[in-house]
Amino acid sequence: MTGPEFKPAIDEYTLYIRITIKNMSLNGNVPPGPLGDKWTKYRSSMPLVAPNNKRRIEVIIVGTGLAGGAAAATLGELGYKVKVFTFHDSPRRAHSIAAQGGINAAKNYQNDGDSIYRLFYDTIKGGDYRSRESNVHRLAEVSVNIIDQAVAQGVPFAREYGGLLANRSFGGVQVSRTFYARGQTGQQLLLGAYQSLSRQVSLGNVTMYNRHEMVDLVIKDGKARGIITRNLLNGEIERHAAHAVVLGTGGYGNVFYLSTNAMNSNSSAAWRTVKRGAYMANPCYCQIHPTCIPVSGEYQSKLTLMSESLRNDGRVWVPKKLEDAKAIREGRMTGLDIAEDDRDYYLERRYPAFGNLVPRDVASRAAKVACDEGLGVSPSGLAVFLDFNAAIMRYGKSVAHSRGLNESDDKLVKKLGTEVIEEKYGNLFEMYEKITGENPYVRPMKIYPAIHYTMGGLWVDYNLQTNIPGLFATGEANFSDHGANRLGASALMQGLADGYFVLPYTIGTFLANEIRTPMIDADAPEFMQAEKDVKDRIDRLFAVKGKQSVESFHRRLGKIMWDYCGMSRNAEGLIKARKLIQELRDEFYRDVFVPGSNDEYNQELEKALRVADFLELGELMTVDALDRNESCGGHFREEYQTEEGEALRRDDEYAYVSAWEWNEGNPTLHKEDLIFENVELKTRSYK
Amino acid sequence: MDNMTLTLKLWRQKNANSKGAFETHTLAGVSEHMSFLEMLDVLNEQIINEGKEPFAFEHDCREGICGTCSLMINGYAHGPQQGTTTCQLHMRHFNDGDTVTIEPWRSQAFPVVKDLVVNRDAFDRIIQAGGYVSINTGQAQDGNAIAIEKEQAAGAFDAATCIGCGACVAACPNASAMLFTAAKVSHLAQLPQGEVEAAKRAQKMVAQHDQEGFGRCSNITACEAECPKGISVAHIARLNREYISASLGSETQVN
Repeated sequence: MTGPEFKPAIDEYTLYIRITIKNMSLNGNVPPGPLGDKWTKYRSSMPLVAPNNKRRIEVIIVGTGLAGGAAAATLGELGYKVKVFTFHDSPRRAHSIAAQGGINAAKNYQNDGDSIYRLFYDTIKGGDYRSRESNVHRLAEVSVNIIDQAVAQGVPFAREYGGLLANRSFGGVQVSRTFYARGQTGQQLLLGAYQSLSRQVSLGNVTMYNRHEMVDLVIKDGKARGIITRNLLNGEIERHAAHAVVLGTGGYGNVFYLSTNAMNSNSSAAWRTVKRGAYMANPCYCQIHPTCIPVSGEYQSKLTLMSESLRNDGRVWVPKKLEDAKAIREGRMTGLDIAEDDRDYYLERRYPAFGNLVPRDVASRAAKVACDEGLGVSPSGLAVFLDFNAAIMRYGKSVAHSRGLNESDDKLVKKLGTEVIEEKYGNLFEMYEKITGENPYVRPMKIYPAIHYTMGGLWVDYNLQTNIPGLFATGEANFSDHGANRLGASALMQGLADGYFVLPYTIGTFLANEIRTPMIDADAPEFMQAEKDVKDRIDRLFAVKGKQSVESFHRRLGKIMWDYCGMSRNAEGLIKARKLIQELRDEFYRDVFVPGSNDEYNQELEKALRVADFLELGELMTVDALDRNESCGGHFREEYQTEEGEALRRDDEYAYVSAWEWNEGNPTLHKEDLIFENVELKTRSYK
Repeated sequence: MDNMTLTLKLWRQKNANSKGAFETHTLAGVSEHMSFLEMLDVLNEQIINEGKEPFAFEHDCREGICGTCSLMINGYAHGPQQGTTTCQLHMRHFNDGDTVTIEPWRSQAFPVVKDLVVNRDAFDRIIQAGGYVSINTGQAQDGNAIAIEKEQAAGAFDAATCIGCGACVAACPNASAMLFTAAKVSHLAQLPQGEVEAAKRAQKMVAQHDQEGFGRCSNITACEAECPKGISVAHIARLNREYISASLGSETQVN
């Protein structure tokens, strides 16, 4: 797919920040043919590696979440020699485990009009028309296989009384296609992949390296041929060689310090490949999840998500009157004191067709608007209500009716309704109470948006191969399927699609040409040099001997990112942010304190290496956000909005993927034109 | 309360081969809204600012689901609050002036890595011994091909909710990992997809459990009481049923 020559949009800001723009469209290697046939045809005609050759080919996989874990298990089953690396103490700890709400699949079990095309269309639209059509359609196609596979592994999905699989709805869609296992869907799917991986380990097809962090990529003769790892138990720097390297290392949300990501989630594996020449695509596309528990104090280490599934039954509101909001903030009133007529259910008012189930970017911005107007309901002013009272009464009445009980007994109805809500969301309500000390069955929850997921990631072609031959990226680590905004319950789908059903095929396009390549020598000069580079980098950090903790730098970076590159952005702020980040990075290398030594278990050193990388990635995010003079999905530029405050996309100039070459701080922009042959580009409307 | 002062007694141990000891620190300004781990973050920040080495402790998701965090707090695995991982334990359950003792999991099969961090690789090896359904990717039939009774699926889920943290081992006077092992056996045995291999799975996993050096189960049930996910010892009964049926009916010898 080579797009037409385009005219680069250089305005004063892009000139100011000195970036280079390449004028040739990147080639996504999308196979020809009609959208619905591409994958089937391609899969049936792509080169294969024969079983006897697979045994002689080694593949390194970094990360053991849904994408990495599933890929490792599947490649092991196929007969490749697989080496898997995780920095966790066990593959089962990968952050996929924390996904709560569910996984989408176009099964149409509910007979509500769902189809592969509809899932494809919803995903393209939800992503604000900034993803590659062919990849998204393939994702929708294989979604159905994922559910079958998980059920066969023993994943205990929720079921109806008839014994068949249950579904629920998620934001941005009007069908019920989300499969779930209480509020722990990610955990159950990850354990399924972990169990398959464990089976391959026991069969000897996969070698597992726990507590090994990838600290560099090794390129030999232009191809990715291995990685350098640090053994976190004893600090040993190790060289590992293979015919190809696959990253399933997740996203970079922790660049914001406060996010719903796990504390150890980091971008270093991916960023190290960028330092070696891989392109980072759309780094400014970050998802801000509307329903998280608000920040409570300066010591806060992370933010906790309340699943989007709650918006099936919860109604979002703020007081209509400023004085009511003020009284709640000051503790003189609670949400319960506000009369029905004095509440503004703003999502239902602004978006009647989708109501509380608008996509995440829309819901988040609306919460920000309400709080900016002074209607926030927590002491900090940054929270809105998520209220279950109406749902409790509705369900309660229905249960009372079916049991022949008195439907007008409010107390009874409330009790019955509470039981229904408890069955559906019990663990989430419990988690909320543990963290806040407030009972959400009685008082409405308080929520506020927080960084949750990153749509951007390593640029990959249709084969999930980066611009470095032999280096592949899967799951959240790549950029390919969610455009500028990901729909709920689609991250699990994409991770498993890539791991089980896409990469195991597409990696063959590269490996089929490698069957004559002998085992790669980990003592080759390229490996020795990369090992030395890593050691020098570690020595440099210890040599600073400064006064400030790694954590304090991370917090400061997070604040810059949130203030200037968060829920809404503008050119002036982004230019300032880039400068602030550069200064902070200089200060880091002048004054950071890393205690201990390399040759031991040293969590501070682990953090220092990760924060050093965040300090570069953060800068690139501001550059990308500044280049994109439009608003789309999670990227909201204040200069580009409609009169009603909705995102204003500029398809004529920005319907492209921004793939950045880092170039040691002088980024070069490579563009991949997005060509829409099947979907008409429209203004997204959820009204 | 927003300004508690606590006396913290924490375990210090350089590595698996060295001898450990308690170290006492005073921490002021603890807010009731902090999580227990955030309180430790603040302590570590204080220690780093004095130019010293912070305490190593493991944690990741801080949402009670990844199973990475551990800690014996005042003698209880994950602290005195029932059904709660350390990361979800909040300081509102402590009082100003309290002394809090913080130790790593203690078990021969979980060697100390450093300070409060232990090595739980043994759990991976127990799963590798048989904690899976033997199918390859792509072999599955339609997800709705087999109906599974709602309550039965929920029963399997209740076992599958185990987070593999190791609290059961830490709570058990015998340092037995039978609750962990049973949770996986019971999860899969309750589903038609896993039932096929249920008896052999129980045998292989129990054999690995014993080989790792975990103790035998003597029905003390402290594991259930301290399990942050409320996994029931009834699953151990199910494991025993599978195990006995395996030893009676299978050709594989149990040692």
